[in-house]
Amino acid sequence: MSIIEPFRLLLFLVGIMAFVGLNAAYLVWVERKGAARFQRRPGPTEVGYGGLLQPIADGIKLLSKQLHVPPGADGVLFRAAPLLVMIPAMIGLAVVPFSESLVARDTNVGLLMIFAFGSINVMAIMLSGWSSRNKYAIISAARIVSQDVAYEIPMLLVVVTMLMATGTMNLNEIVQQQAGWFWRWNIFRLDVNPLMPLTFIIFFVCMLAETNRAPFDMAEAESELVAGAFTEYAGMGFGVFFIAEYANIILGCAFATILFLGGWQSPFGVWSGVFWFLLKMYVLVFTVIWVRWTFPRTQFYNLLNLSWKLLIPISLSTLILTAVVMKVLK
Amino acid sequence: MDHFPAQDLIVGTVFLLCVATTVAGALLAVITTRIVRAVCGLAICCVGIAGLYYFLHSPFLALMEILVYIGAVCVTIIFGIMLAEPDLTYESKRDTTVLWGIVALLAGAAICWGLSRLGLQGPWPAPPAQVSDGSTKAIGVSLLSTYSMAFEAISLVLFVAILGALVIARAGRTKA
Repeated sequence: MSIIEPFRLLLFLVGIMAFVGLNAAYLVWVERKGAARFQRRPGPTEVGYGGLLQPIADGIKLLSKQLHVPPGADGVLFRAAPLLVMIPAMIGLAVVPFSESLVARDTNVGLLMIFAFGSINVMAIMLSGWSSRNKYAIISAARIVSQDVAYEIPMLLVVVTMLMATGTMNLNEIVQQQAGWFWRWNIFRLDVNPLMPLTFIIFFVCMLAETNRAPFDMAEAESELVAGAFTEYAGMGFGVFFIAEYANIILGCAFATILFLGGWQSPFGVWSGVFWFLLKMYVLVFTVIWVRWTFPRTQFYNLLNLSWKLLIPISLSTLILTAVVMKVLK
Repeated sequence: MDHFPAQDLIVGTVFLLCVATTVAGALLAVITTRIVRAVCGLAICCVGIAGLYYFLHSPFLALMEILVYIGAVCVTIIFGIMLAEPDLTYESKRDTTVLWGIVALLAGAAICWGLSRLGLQGPWPAPPAQVSDGSTKAIGVSLLSTYSMAFEAISLVLFVAILGALVIARAGRTKA
């Protein structure tokens, strides 16, 4: 370990925290503005030009509120849950290659790392619901487990398919394999699996469900469960869950970009760089917001049926198809 | 200077932190009376064990520990708790509680004594040279060659378990 390495890691840590914080703050603004446009109203306009200072005002409001632990709640777990929920997204971003050299930890098991720590996310939200000692929160927690377990299976199957196609778990190598024109991207690699675009759609749907975004936001169904698992959280406790939601969206979209859309590779084979990565990622983030304000919330049983009866069989068959195609063509 | 100052000290501290996490998690899992906290103790213990695997140069195994034991096992246990009685009821002390406590203490002391004796006085085999490089490829190759029998047996066990779960879930369900 050279003398520079710890300082480099420290710098990346600060950078990732700033990236997550800024993104969370301004994605809330984008979401509110976007929702307003979809519903033909102006959205936030009062604070700053076009409401641009609104996230800062919101932050000050949340910080100045009292952190209240409801009587009868499990105090330790109630306070620990917001901390736990931030960990996976932060650790996941540490292995994301923003460009060829702009990656905090270029490890050979990067892909696995995102999934391993992503599984803590389920546990954190569930603990928040359980420890609140609130009926709505507990119902929401039970929903979260069944939903996230159901959607983790097709997602992992899709990732295994991609793993067979790429042959490596190093995210930077996966991006490097997709160099050249845009038809070299994994989403268009029909020679490995003719159903590759479908695989991408399954991945995207699972990502929406895993991040608990509408139309799959059964955990936070305002109309039936108040605010779901976060009902009892006030002030910045709630704010941290909000930041974590956007951090997970960022991580999911970054991961989809790396796995399917060529990461920091340019679509034309020249001028690759971090701006391509950010552009692709934010297009996906916008799609996530777009989907939320376009589709109504699904019913819980339909949600589980979609996963168990549609997504898992399809992703399993694409996995087998990939294996057969690769064996035959080899 | 190509080394970070006090590098060995920092690495040693992190190692001790992993050990402390494992022990503390295990103690929490055993001592606490609230079952949800016991599961949290199990999860903390698994994080510590994952750290120890990392120190043994096997990052793949460390991540698998987190993915399987925290992501699957602990979540399943909590799911089971949620299906059960949600209220925190404490069992009142029975007359035989003290007696059973003494028996458990004796058994625990005996096991502790035996293991310590084995560890301190028994012959230790020479520490093996690194068996493989711990990479994903090495693990995969050995799973499908040297240990293929165990691998297939485990997959068979899991298959039977899935079938059993299906049978239990189907019983008592009418065709909708």
